[in-house]
Amino acid sequence: MESLMMILIGILVAVATYLVLSRNMIRIILGTALLSHAVHLLILTVGGLKKGDVPLLSQSEGPFTDALPQALILTAIVISFATTAFLLVLAYRTYKTNGSDDLQELRGMPDE
Amino acid sequence: MTIDIAIILTPFIMAALIPIFYRRLRKNMIGWVVLIIPVSLFLLLTTYIPRVAKGEVYSHTYEWIPSFNLNFTTYIDGLSLIFSLLITGVGSLVILYSIFYLSVKESLHHFYCYLLLFMGAMLGVVFSDNLMVLYAFWELTSVSSFLLIAFWHHRKASRAGARKSMTITVSGGVAMLVGFLMLYAMSGTFSIREIINNIDVISGHVLFIPALLLVLFGAFTKSAQFPFHIWLPDAMEAPTPVSSYLHSATMVKAGIYLVARFTPIFGGEMVWFWTITGVGLITLFWGSFNAVRQVDLKAILAYSTVSQLGLIMSLLGLGSVAVYLGYSTETVMYTQATFAALFHLINHSTFKGALFMMVGIVDHEIGTRDIRRLGGLMAILPFTFTIAIIGCFSMAGLPPFNGFLSKEMFFTAVLNITELNIFSIHNIGLLIPIVAWVASVFTFVYCLIIVSKTFLGSMKPDIVEKNPHEAPFGMLLPPFILIGLVITIFFFPNLLGEYILKPAMLSVYPTFPSAEEMTPHISAWHRINTELLMTLGVVVLGIILYRFLKYWSKIYRLFPKQWTLNAIYEKVITSSENISESITKRYMSGHLTHYFVYIYVSFVAIVAGTFIALDAFEWNPTNDAVIENYELILVFVMIFAAVAILFAKSRITTVLLNGVLGYSVAFFFVIFRAPDLALTQLVVESVTTALYLICFKFLAELKPERSTKRVKISNGLISVFVGATVTLIGLTVVNYDKFKSISSYFEDSYNLAGGKNIVNTILGDFRAFDTMLEVVVLFIAGLGVFALIKLKAKKGDVDIEN
Repeated sequence: MESLMMILIGILVAVATYLVLSRNMIRIILGTALLSHAVHLLILTVGGLKKGDVPLLSQSEGPFTDALPQALILTAIVISFATTAFLLVLAYRTYKTNGSDDLQELRGMPDE
Repeated sequence: MTIDIAIILTPFIMAALIPIFYRRLRKNMIGWVVLIIPVSLFLLLTTYIPRVAKGEVYSHTYEWIPSFNLNFTTYIDGLSLIFSLLITGVGSLVILYSIFYLSVKESLHHFYCYLLLFMGAMLGVVFSDNLMVLYAFWELTSVSSFLLIAFWHHRKASRAGARKSMTITVSGGVAMLVGFLMLYAMSGTFSIREIINNIDVISGHVLFIPALLLVLFGAFTKSAQFPFHIWLPDAMEAPTPVSSYLHSATMVKAGIYLVARFTPIFGGEMVWFWTITGVGLITLFWGSFNAVRQVDLKAILAYSTVSQLGLIMSLLGLGSVAVYLGYSTETVMYTQATFAALFHLINHSTFKGALFMMVGIVDHEIGTRDIRRLGGLMAILPFTFTIAIIGCFSMAGLPPFNGFLSKEMFFTAVLNITELNIFSIHNIGLLIPIVAWVASVFTFVYCLIIVSKTFLGSMKPDIVEKNPHEAPFGMLLPPFILIGLVITIFFFPNLLGEYILKPAMLSVYPTFPSAEEMTPHISAWHRINTELLMTLGVVVLGIILYRFLKYWSKIYRLFPKQWTLNAIYEKVITSSENISESITKRYMSGHLTHYFVYIYVSFVAIVAGTFIALDAFEWNPTNDAVIENYELILVFVMIFAAVAILFAKSRITTVLLNGVLGYSVAFFFVIFRAPDLALTQLVVESVTTALYLICFKFLAELKPERSTKRVKISNGLISVFVGATVTLIGLTVVNYDKFKSISSYFEDSYNLAGGKNIVNTILGDFRAFDTMLEVVVLFIAGLGVFALIKLKAKKGDVDIEN
């Protein structure tokens, strides 16, 4: 399972990279969202999959699944949500101000 | 805290205090308060003279970073005492002078702060025994010199001069640092005295000659030796007290100090002898030759300083043969060159300091330093004229002034060296006295120019109109003290030799048994000998050359303008600026995509490269969990959704596909026993999708990428490589078992944190600070979102939204 997940993560990262390298702002933001999905799965997989029960002491006597990656991912999900929301509004603002969502056109003065 | 360290630190402490207290003082009081420091330090240092003259040395070590051999070791011996007396003595006079020279409207607190900074740094240079500490102070003198040259920073020439001096002296300083590190590599110590004691170990080392050359590079740039002298004339943009202090009496002599200090280490090498003697003589000649053509009084003095520094430098070179020859009753006479160098060093500080102050007075009272506009000032500035004539005659080497004595000794030294039969001196050795003599003739000529063009002849009408008058007493006192010394030293030179120069000779020649032998009896009158004839020749030829100046000065036009050292320096600086700018522009394109490419390519190159180079890849699927069918389906759904995003035409499709991915991740969280994650992921994914959809209302429809095929292929390749790198590392890391997992600690969460949900206790208790800061991040992002939505262009700004 872990190996299969790693391949899936690799594909997600590749797609995310391709999206980040594009010129359209929406695609770039989607790329970052995809990247965070991939990273969440990566953290979880590196901790080992299905090695025990749900980490709730009331539910079983153990052994439990590694709880530390889960705590890390929980933080990461919230942070990535915050950045995605911020990026989206930034894109909205940029588009309103400059009338373009193409990074090539948004380059600014040719000789700064 | 010993007294020696206090001597170095006091100026720094005062420099730090000035910005605090200067507002409480009347502006004309700052200088008087500052004056206390150098005067008291000078008096304190004079108490060392009799003790050091007896041959005592003082050393104190304050351990700073002992593990790196970095100790703050002060060392007071004859050599450092000479310099420290000059620094504090001339420093006192210069501060006294600047109280009257600078208007109270100037930002005096900056001026005195920089001046004290310099004083402390310079004392640090001469008192440090540790090479690294010496280097730090050395660069600090460059920095304070930079600040003082650029004191009138509204003037373009000041800024340019400051930059030039900084560039040249600091590049020399860095080279010197490398030389110091080489010395450390050879000897294993940063202490100069220990290196001198271990000289046998290092002298045969391969790094010995490179270290020698690098240290000399530092000394030559600092002491304005040819061809690095070009910064000194430009440094004359500084206020005149600064020129008199840093750029003639002290800082430019740091290179001399370094050469004298390192003579016991490097002296005796042929390279050392020829480089110092050769460069010194070329500088001596070139400086005096160029001084004659200048029309600005300060420029004349700047070139003359360059020339005099060359003289002292060449004397140190000549004196270094004594180290090669070793001690014997015959060779001891070659140490006289070093004696003459130290003697002339003091003499030069006295007469050149006075001359700079004289020029300052002329500039201050008349308003110009251009000799074409000056003349006949003798009548209105009689005291200043006295200073000028005594200073210039001393510099020209005439009696009854101290310059005569050291000039005669210089001639003796250059004549003596021709008799030696080492270092192939017999081939071209005769050139040494010839160059020295010719340079002295030019020195005589520019001395005449200074005196006669400024003070003799008739006054120009525009100056008569201004009705100028003699300078105030406070401005005349410091130069008069200096010219008083000029005359006193001529009549009592042996007092100076006995108490100040003799102990310094022991510092330069520690292997020589007795300082008495190395201290010649200085007398003004020997009888008619070659030296005296040379001086007479200088006077006669000098007067002739001065008389016919306008006929032969045409030779200066023979030098093509674009090949002067200054022009070459400017060309190198501007072209290197242009080249670096064009290189930077080539990759700093301003395209965000390009920067992403740099990041990804370096990520792949460094991480995957290291991985392959170390052969770290390892794949062991035996411990893997079993793959269920529904999991397989979920994996393929995700792969399909991800790849489909690349080809989606409409933005709604992309967002929905992203949603598919997000919900699938949530399913994985369920499968992998992470219920909290699954819940959070479901909520966040729903909100994110809604956010995307809201934003789409305001954003343009997706356009197909207009990139070329080549860009698309290269982007695709980069993406595949990045993905592959992550997969390879992931596969290796999964089986990494070199460290024990720390997670079992948290399984005791009920006892430790009173919670049964382990993930919750980690977030809310064990790592509560993380969670709190996470909330802060959310808060800041929320603020950002709010601000971006509410932000409107201010009134008066161009409103681009219309």
